[in-house]
This record gives sequence, C-alpha cells and structure tokens, in this order.
Amino acid sequence: MQDRTRTRNIYLIPYMLWIVLFVIAPIVLIFYYSLLNIDGAWSFENYKRFLSPIYLDMTLRSFWYAFLITGFSLLIAYPTAYLLTNTKHKQLWLLLIILPSWINLLLKVYAFVGILALHGPINSFLEAIGIGARQILFTDFSFIFVAVYIFIPYMILPIFNALEELNPSLVAASRDLGASPWVTFRRVIFPLTLSGVKAGCRAVFIPALSLFMITRLIAGNRVITLGTAIEQHFLVTQDWGMGSTIAVFLVIAMGLTMILTETGKKVS
Amino acid sequence: MPEDIIIRFENVTKQYNSDPPVLRDITFELERGKFYTLLGPSGCGKTTILRLIAGFVQPTSGEIYFDGQEITNVPPDKRRVNTIFQDYALFPHLNVFENVAFGLRIKRMKPDVIEAKVREALRFVNLEGMEMREITELSGGQQQRVAVARAIVNEPEVLLLDEPLSALDLKLRSEMQYELRELQKDLGITFVFVTHDQEEALAMSDEIFVLNNGVIQQRGTPKDIYDEPINRFVADFIGESNIVPGIMIRDYLVEFVGKRFECVDKGFDPNEPVEIVIRPEDLRITQKDQGKLQVRVDSQLFRGVHYEICCYDEDGNEWLVHSTRRATVGEEIGLDFDPEDIHVMRLGETEDEFDKRLESYEEVRHAG
Repeated sequence: MQDRTRTRNIYLIPYMLWIVLFVIAPIVLIFYYSLLNIDGAWSFENYKRFLSPIYLDMTLRSFWYAFLITGFSLLIAYPTAYLLTNTKHKQLWLLLIILPSWINLLLKVYAFVGILALHGPINSFLEAIGIGARQILFTDFSFIFVAVYIFIPYMILPIFNALEELNPSLVAASRDLGASPWVTFRRVIFPLTLSGVKAGCRAVFIPALSLFMITRLIAGNRVITLGTAIEQHFLVTQDWGMGSTIAVFLVIAMGLTMILTETGKKVS
Repeated sequence: MPEDIIIRFENVTKQYNSDPPVLRDITFELERGKFYTLLGPSGCGKTTILRLIAGFVQPTSGEIYFDGQEITNVPPDKRRVNTIFQDYALFPHLNVFENVAFGLRIKRMKPDVIEAKVREALRFVNLEGMEMREITELSGGQQQRVAVARAIVNEPEVLLLDEPLSALDLKLRSEMQYELRELQKDLGITFVFVTHDQEEALAMSDEIFVLNNGVIQQRGTPKDIYDEPINRFVADFIGESNIVPGIMIRDYLVEFVGKRFECVDKGFDPNEPVEIVIRPEDLRITQKDQGKLQVRVDSQLFRGVHYEICCYDEDGNEWLVHSTRRATVGEEIGLDFDPEDIHVMRLGETEDEFDKRLESYEEVRHAG
C-alpha cells in the first residue's frame, strides 16, 4: 500500500512543479506587485486607483464586450451545433469548424485586417453594389465580429457534445406528450444541454475579458479592455503595480464566472 | 361496426433510404378497447408500426387512419395517443411530479387540476408519496410506473408500449404483466404492446399480430395462434414445437416419419407436401410398443412444472416432450397423441387463404 502511494507521489512531481511554477507563483507575484506603487514602496494606491471612475468604466466596458462576444457566439453556435448533430457526416463538418482554430491567432487577425480594410474586398463589394466604401476596421462591429469568429469553435464543441449525449427518445417523449417542436426545445432540449452552454460560455467569456491583440489590431485601440490596460501598463507605462492590480481583479472575475457557470451535479 | 375501429393501416409500406422495406404493404384494423400485441423477432417491423401510430415516422406509401380520420402526416403532438418507451424516456431534469405533469402543463391546465390529476395517476400506479423524488433515485420498476403514469394522465385513446418490460428482472416482469393487463381493463382504452417475448404476448393479449420481415404472418387470439399456427415461422416462434415434413395423402390422412396417421385436416390436394406440427405437451409417454412413435430419450431437463424431454426417432428427427412424468435417459419409449393434436401446415400459404381454409372446415364441423 505504502509503496503504491509513494510511486503515485513520484508521478505527481512533474505536475506539481508545473502548478507551483506556472500557476501559484505567478498569482503570488501578481498579488505582490499589486501592493507596490510606481516607486516600489508598499501601498494600496493601485487599488484606490482601480476603484476610480476611469478604471471602473473600463472594467464595465470589458465586461460588456465580453458579454456581447459570448452572447453572439452562443446565438450562432447553438443552432450550428444543433444542425451538426442532425447531419450525416457530422464528424467531418465538426472538423471543418474546428480547423480554423488550429491556425495561429495573429495570422487570422491580420487576414481580417486585410479583408476589412478601407480598400479591402468587402469595401470593394459595397462600392460595386452602390452602397459605397465605409470605415469597417477600427469599429465596435469589426471588433465583436472578429472576436466571435475566433471564439466560436470553443462554444460549438461543448454544445455539440451535450446535444450528442441527449437521449433522442426524450425528444420523442416530449412530442408524444403534446409538445410542439419549439416547446420541446424550450422544456427538454435546452435544459438538458445547459451544461454544454455553460461550459461554452465559460470558454468564451473568460478569454474575452482579457483580449488585447484584437482590440489593438481590429478595434485600433478604440476599445480599451482590461487586457489592453494590463499590456499597456507592463510594456508602455512600466507601471507593473497597476498592471498587476488589474490582473488581480481579472483573476477574481474569472473565479466568479467559474462559480456562476457551475454545472452542478451531472445529469445522466 | 366502423365506429369501433380506432386505428386503420391501409397498404402501409415503410422504407428507409434504399434498404429493403421495414414494412411491406401492411393493412390492418385495431378495435377500440382491446389489448393488441405486435410480436416478432428484432427487425421484423413491430417497433416501426408503433412509431407510425405515434407519428415519429411517416410511411413511404399508404395511409393511416385514427378514429376514421386520416392522420398519416399529422405530427405526434397532435395525436391522441401516448407512448411508453423501452428506456422509459423520463426527463432527468424533472422530478416525478413534473414528469407526470409534463403533458398537462403543455395543455395549460389549471395548477389545482394538474395537482389532482397527477396525484390520481400516481395513486393508480402505486407511487403515492413519491412526487418529489428525482428520477435517478428510482428503481427500474418505479421508473416504469412513472412512465405509465405520465402516459395515462393525458387520457389517451390508444396507449403504445414499446417493449416496456424488457429491462426488468423476471419476477418484476411477470408482476408488471398482470398490472398492465389490469390497467388496460380498468382504463378500457386500446393498448398496442410490442414485444419479442412470446410468453408475454400469450399471457396479456386479446389479439396477437405475429410479424416477420415486415409482413404480418398471422393475427388472432393467443389460443388461435398457438393452436393453429399458419407456418413454420409462427409455429417455431410461438412456443416450442416439433415440426416435421409430411405428405397429405387425402383428407383426414397424413403421412410423416414413414407412417400414416389419422388427422382432422382437409382441403389439401392429394399427396400434397406439407409440414406437421405437434406441440411438446400433446405428446404422451407410453410403453414402447403402445406408442404411435418409437423414440429414444436423449436428454432431460427439469423445468419446474414439467420435464422437458428431448428424444430422437430412428430417422434422427428430434421430438421434444413436455411431461410431468420423468423418463430415463437412454430408455426406448413410445409417444402417443390424438388425431386433433396433429396440426398440418400448407407450404407458403397466405393468411387469407389460411383463414378461408379454416372457415371451410368450421362449416363442415358445424354441418356434421
């Protein structure tokens, strides 16, 4: 018995090292830096600054954008996943949807810069049909559009899996008991795939809170989210303390999101 | 009496993609208030018939009528039938009460009416006091009862049961057979029960439809089907049987295993090749020289109510005997039977031809 626990402990060492070095240590460091002001002295100055209207406004805006991105992803992903489960070659279609997520994020973002640019193909098309070219890049629309495009596979996958696990005779039973297709969706299919929806929202909402590259390249820094602010503090203003403070709030927000989207006890 | 017909299938064929048809040109009628069983091996089309009645699938050709109205393309939620599924299909996110109330809530009944109806339905299936239980906390038998309550609370005119007892253990299963039969009598509605278990079918039904390869082989009361199977498939599928080839020499005289026997069948061509069925319980063990057949006992199993004795005759035909008397393995015994125990089957006869032939001797018997 003892031998077995010992070997098990040995196997745990690499993982434990990883956790300590790359999860626990960074969080402790972030917390430590957040308590230092720009001159390197201990203070709560950063927290006071974070609670000022400028930063609170930025926080609210970050949440609002993350919320919009998650919402639109869900609106597109749920019907897509539902259609996928009813198609013949679902694994192939699923692969085609996942495929873009294997390509480097930066490459995809640059591709969108080209597509959405003032002299890009979309504007040429708009001009050709007589609407005329307009600013698409560096707008809220382009920011949310590209973010949704990037995140959508992470929303589709868990929903697809939940729909696949759904016992088809439950849908038949609901119809049999007098429910129309829409009522069946509302009262049976959606509640029973809610765990997949929650997992998808978590996989999209949390990364969306700390986006910075897309805000820079697609939104042209018109949209400043918490992620952008952290990047700026560390790389531009060199105020590591303030950057860390924002990061502490992001960590707390992520923890809260995890708790709120808790799937609860699994239904078979 | 057309008002007594609740469901009618007219030349219904069902084919998925380019596979061979699951149902081939089926026509039948179901009367109100009877217990019907669709019996057959897996893949015979019995569940497809149920799904067609429920509306989960549409026929490739043909029409389905309910209470005189065509319902071929009516969606399942607009049909006055309810189904009990093989896996019960209870909603795991709802408790017992909400599962049973599901159909009533969709009809937007008043909460106090729903409460009263659900409680009554649960009392009917002996699940009082279980309203707040989660589905996962219930045993298989209790889940089965919830499924029954959830269906009957909607007061359907036809209840469809898709092998609902197959997941239960033997004892619970025979208990539920009684309960379902009682339930059907109490409710007075039509039950269409699908099973591959012939004993279940014989015990519960008013009428059995035996299906194979998408065709109704034979329909009739359990006794008719057991006593007068139309062909080898039905004889073999319903109960144990001894089936041997024979020749109908002339009316009331048949030859098999090299001997001629008096029988009660007629209406065949002279010297027509036929198949003979003798049920194991109709064979009596006698002294070797007194029996109509001489056989050697090969093996014996004690089945509780009877011994199942397997014998072989000189030509190597197997004879199965059910007897309350035990035999000794290796012993030579005689087997005796009466002329009415011999059932003669015409090769490749359709159900209509079979029924006509049976009617013809009924007339003779009544006349004589």
